[in-house]
Amino acid sequence: MLNQKEILSTIEMIDQQHLDIRTITMGISLLSCCDPDAKKACDKVYDKITRYAEKLVKTGEDIEREFGIPIVNKRISVTPMALVAGASDTRDYLPFALALDRAAKTCGVNFIGGYSALVQKGMTKADENLIRSIPEALAYTDLVCSSVNVGSTKAGINMDAVALMGRIIKETARLTEAQDGLGCAKLVVFCNAVEDNPFMAGAFHGVGEAEKVINVGVSGPGVVHTALQAVKGQPFEVVAETVKKTAFRITRMGQLVAQEASRRLDTPFGIVDLSLAPTPAVGDSVARILEEMGLEVCGTHGTTAALAMLNDAVKKGGVMASSSVGGLSGAFIPVSEDEGMIAAARSGVLTLDKLEAMTCVCSVGLDMIAVPGDTTAETISAIIADEAAIGMVNCKTTAVRLLPAPGKAVGDTIEMGGLLGRAPVMPVHKESAADFIARGGRIPAPMHSLKN
Amino acid sequence: MNAIVTVVGQDKVGIIAAICALLAEDNVNILDISQTILQGSFTMVMAVDVSASKSSVGDLREKLEELGKKMEISIRIQREEIFDAMHRI
Repeated sequence: MLNQKEILSTIEMIDQQHLDIRTITMGISLLSCCDPDAKKACDKVYDKITRYAEKLVKTGEDIEREFGIPIVNKRISVTPMALVAGASDTRDYLPFALALDRAAKTCGVNFIGGYSALVQKGMTKADENLIRSIPEALAYTDLVCSSVNVGSTKAGINMDAVALMGRIIKETARLTEAQDGLGCAKLVVFCNAVEDNPFMAGAFHGVGEAEKVINVGVSGPGVVHTALQAVKGQPFEVVAETVKKTAFRITRMGQLVAQEASRRLDTPFGIVDLSLAPTPAVGDSVARILEEMGLEVCGTHGTTAALAMLNDAVKKGGVMASSSVGGLSGAFIPVSEDEGMIAAARSGVLTLDKLEAMTCVCSVGLDMIAVPGDTTAETISAIIADEAAIGMVNCKTTAVRLLPAPGKAVGDTIEMGGLLGRAPVMPVHKESAADFIARGGRIPAPMHSLKN
Repeated sequence: MNAIVTVVGQDKVGIIAAICALLAEDNVNILDISQTILQGSFTMVMAVDVSASKSSVGDLREKLEELGKKMEISIRIQREEIFDAMHRI
């Protein structure tokens, strides 16, 4: 029998510590929608998504009501669109983005991911068409998210794609200038992208996945923070144990919701992504967890070590709580979506260089970082190359989601609202990397890719 | 199927009576009740069996929330599995 203390502790986590299920994401394969006629292909895409995900939002809401646990987002991820659109006899891929957007709106989900291309080793014509259409696709749709994988430990880094993505990000910002370059918040550049990530903007349904699948992303920085307040001043073994126990509880809840959603939607359960995903709300911050460990401000010396320990303990605690862990699983450090990160960046303690170091040990990468509007495409490409190199060499996923807001300079703040939050513009190095990016070609895969 | 009803708020006459009446009307059987005063506020936890309930847990939730508003206390109902998942291996 459950005791009163346990029951009340769960309620306190939900009520006061922002414990929630961040997302239920349905992955849908669109490979069956390929058609030489682009219009027919788009119709098939729309029909298939709306058929499979018809009950997704309603089911999420029902579970939320019965279990009393908030499920913040219901989302859809699809097969990288370059693979589907590539079969059609057209170079204009915008209709495919519009079809995704329409389908997402019909289903009532808040984002659809998978306007994507995987070009870690080379680009097909379809990949290039898709990438070149990203700025328009993100400007003319509301819910479509896009991602491009430019590198992997196995393949190396496609520097032609890296160079192209710098220009694409700039163009996306320009086309969504009226909203401070909001389009860039829906565009991620990956190295070692994962095929079952439920989180946006980087979610897509990999080709190795089933016809349809339910993936769940949990959250809970506030719960970890509160748990650590009870072990002030104690050694790191105690800190690690506390984080593990908390992550276990959070993930068990995610597993329960994932199984329930899978059963009700008659869709196989894929994975639970046991990530600490912050929101801009006070008390839901990863930065504040690091500060709770004894750092005056997130970004000061010691931050990388604190984050490494947190990331590892979250995984160790969560892995036993779920029958299948996947996605990105770890601590996210999106600047604009984390109240503590925003404060640290504003104070100047948290810099882009420190964030880059932190991405060596966190679960993703340079995420939701506003940079000056006059940052050149080559500089953005160079930042992507650095980040991809960290991912490639360390066999981990890294990502770049930069927001070069047109007309904004260091000291300004971009307001995006909602979960996307607000981002203080952070300085980048002024010295040019243009000649480096202009070389093109491919950075070879590292020695340890040759494991066979 | 079991669910947990929790009540937190200012203590007053008739909280348990009102909740029990509401549950009885929907044919919900009460299995266990424990109550305490925690940091000055009235706290009650109730385990109930909703297998024969006339309403779904979701609908019961709305009815209890409405009652809570009237009595100026927080009342909620959640399926028991969520607590089992978090606190039992």
